[in-house]
Amino acid sequence: MAVIPTTIPPPIGEAPPRQQRRRRRRERTTVAGLRRSLQRHWTLYLLMVVPLIWFAVFKYIPMSNAVLAFKDYNVIQGIWGSPWIGWRNFEVFFQNPVFWTLVKNTFVLSVYTVAASFPLAIILALALNEIRTGFFKKTVQMVTYAPYFISTVVVVSMTILVLSPRLGIVNEGLGFFGVPAVDFLGNPDYFRHIYVWSDVWQTTGYSAVIYLAALSGIDPALHESAKIDGASRLQRIRHVDLPGIMPTAVIILVLAVGNIMAIGFEKAFLLQNPLNLSKSEIIATYVYKTGLLNADFSMATAIGLLNSVINLVLLFGVNTIAKRITGNGLWS
Amino acid sequence: MSAQTEARTLPGKKLERRAARARRIREPRTDRIFLFCVYLLLAVLLAVVLLPLLYIVASSFSSPEAVSAGRVLFWPVDFSLRGYHAVFANPQVVQGYLNSLFYTVAGTIVSVTMTIAIAYPMSRRTLVGRNAVMTFILFTMLFTGGLIPTYLVVQSVGLLDTRWALIIPQAIGVWQVIIARTYFRTAIPEELVEAAQLDGCGDLRFLWSVVIPLAKPMIAVVALMYAIMQWNSYFDALIYLKNPDLFPLQLVLRNILILNTTGGGAVDASVVIQRQQLADLLKYSLIVVASVPVLLIYPFVARYFTKGILIGAVKG
Repeated sequence: MAVIPTTIPPPIGEAPPRQQRRRRRRERTTVAGLRRSLQRHWTLYLLMVVPLIWFAVFKYIPMSNAVLAFKDYNVIQGIWGSPWIGWRNFEVFFQNPVFWTLVKNTFVLSVYTVAASFPLAIILALALNEIRTGFFKKTVQMVTYAPYFISTVVVVSMTILVLSPRLGIVNEGLGFFGVPAVDFLGNPDYFRHIYVWSDVWQTTGYSAVIYLAALSGIDPALHESAKIDGASRLQRIRHVDLPGIMPTAVIILVLAVGNIMAIGFEKAFLLQNPLNLSKSEIIATYVYKTGLLNADFSMATAIGLLNSVINLVLLFGVNTIAKRITGNGLWS
Repeated sequence: MSAQTEARTLPGKKLERRAARARRIREPRTDRIFLFCVYLLLAVLLAVVLLPLLYIVASSFSSPEAVSAGRVLFWPVDFSLRGYHAVFANPQVVQGYLNSLFYTVAGTIVSVTMTIAIAYPMSRRTLVGRNAVMTFILFTMLFTGGLIPTYLVVQSVGLLDTRWALIIPQAIGVWQVIIARTYFRTAIPEELVEAAQLDGCGDLRFLWSVVIPLAKPMIAVVALMYAIMQWNSYFDALIYLKNPDLFPLQLVLRNILILNTTGGGAVDASVVIQRQQLADLLKYSLIVVASVPVLLIYPFVARYFTKGILIGAVKG
């Protein structure tokens, strides 16, 4: 499960002298250059061998193993010996009544997560940026950042405990106002909200860090001149801060949208129970169940592959759109 | 905790500040209202994040009866350590703890070594082919084989149900490689390499006695990222391990906290109730015990962590 981190690059230009130097060296990239480089730096090449083998074995062989999606896997004949069956796995999956539920659940859960956490991280960063450095600011930052370090298992357990109808503090609170106890996790209608908001609870402080960095990179002269022109704080946020963090925000949004179908297996699986399955079953959990619990390797590979391809298409699509609209993208 | 009380706690700077305020352009009233809203918002966010944590910690230090009766809010009721006694009396938990310690230490050593081994050569500008290597690595961020194809590789390499299954298959993080490479490139000047070469220092010797000592802060950050990932991961254990003796803490946690398998048949009704109450309490204490190692180092490393994110954020 490769997770593309959500914190990525405000594009920062490199110092000019270094660029020049790099250009000079690049001219040597020829066969002769490679041979000379190998002679001179053979120890460095040697150093890379083990990690490169690792990448080949644990990243590239699985990619080639994905042909399993087009085969009828048979343990005895192995991956390459098993008979080809073309697109049949995909056809069967498309006709499975569970197909649309899975796609919809995965999609809605991800879009909801992005929609909730993306603006909140920016708001937190802007708010922190407005107040003076001091005890309060440090406390807020430390505390909101901390849940990121807690494991998913623990966060889910906490969520379950806090929302528990028998012990949970939330139901205690509701009971205080005379509301009868609610079994939050047993009701599929609440699943998405629980998933998304516990995620927001865990990651907002962490996500805000990257925006804070971008905000601190804004030229103070811009703020000064805006102040002299009589801009209020709110106006300065709108006309100075927001444009300043725009490139960062776009890249993070592109990554988040590009990751939409890759929503975490871990959390959905842990929060799942038989009662909320109608909303909590997503592609990743279904792949796990089909593949490892029911041992239908080919079908699970096909579903996984479909998922990765949708993801890749989304990433490229959003990147193209973002580049056209804002001029910023993941790659140039 | 407001700005005013803060000014009061720093009397030496008070006059200075007042003078500065007089010189500054006066803030309009709307701005002060706005600022008040900002503080309010931050206070609310602080409470929202902090209160659940306090509730868990307070419950873990309370008596089983108080927890079951729902009398605990944000402060321990009938202070007791019985939850913690129950945690450490549970052989599964202790075994899981030890396993996790092993996975974290061994995994971090392997990961950091491999990361440096690939990131350092890629940072050297005179190395032909380093961009090809980078592309080779970056591509794995975009496209992966998926769960089953990876599982089959782990199976065919013979790692299934061994301790190495939790260490080898996720040894290298592409993100950490990018961070390390960027750091090596910006912190180790090319001139230093050239000077060392003139003195007859080989590449490996240079890496060992110059680069690694210079890169200690970055190595610490990357090591911590790996360590925290290892300590918190449970998915790999779930799919690759069958033998309960090898389970890391997170998997044990999941079995106890989420699947509710504390086990044990009971006879007497009052014993059942007591056991149920203790089992409830155990959950709270277990959460605290499992998070303590990570949260203990967190305040010390938070700053470096932030720096690490920023190093990685420089497009390379």
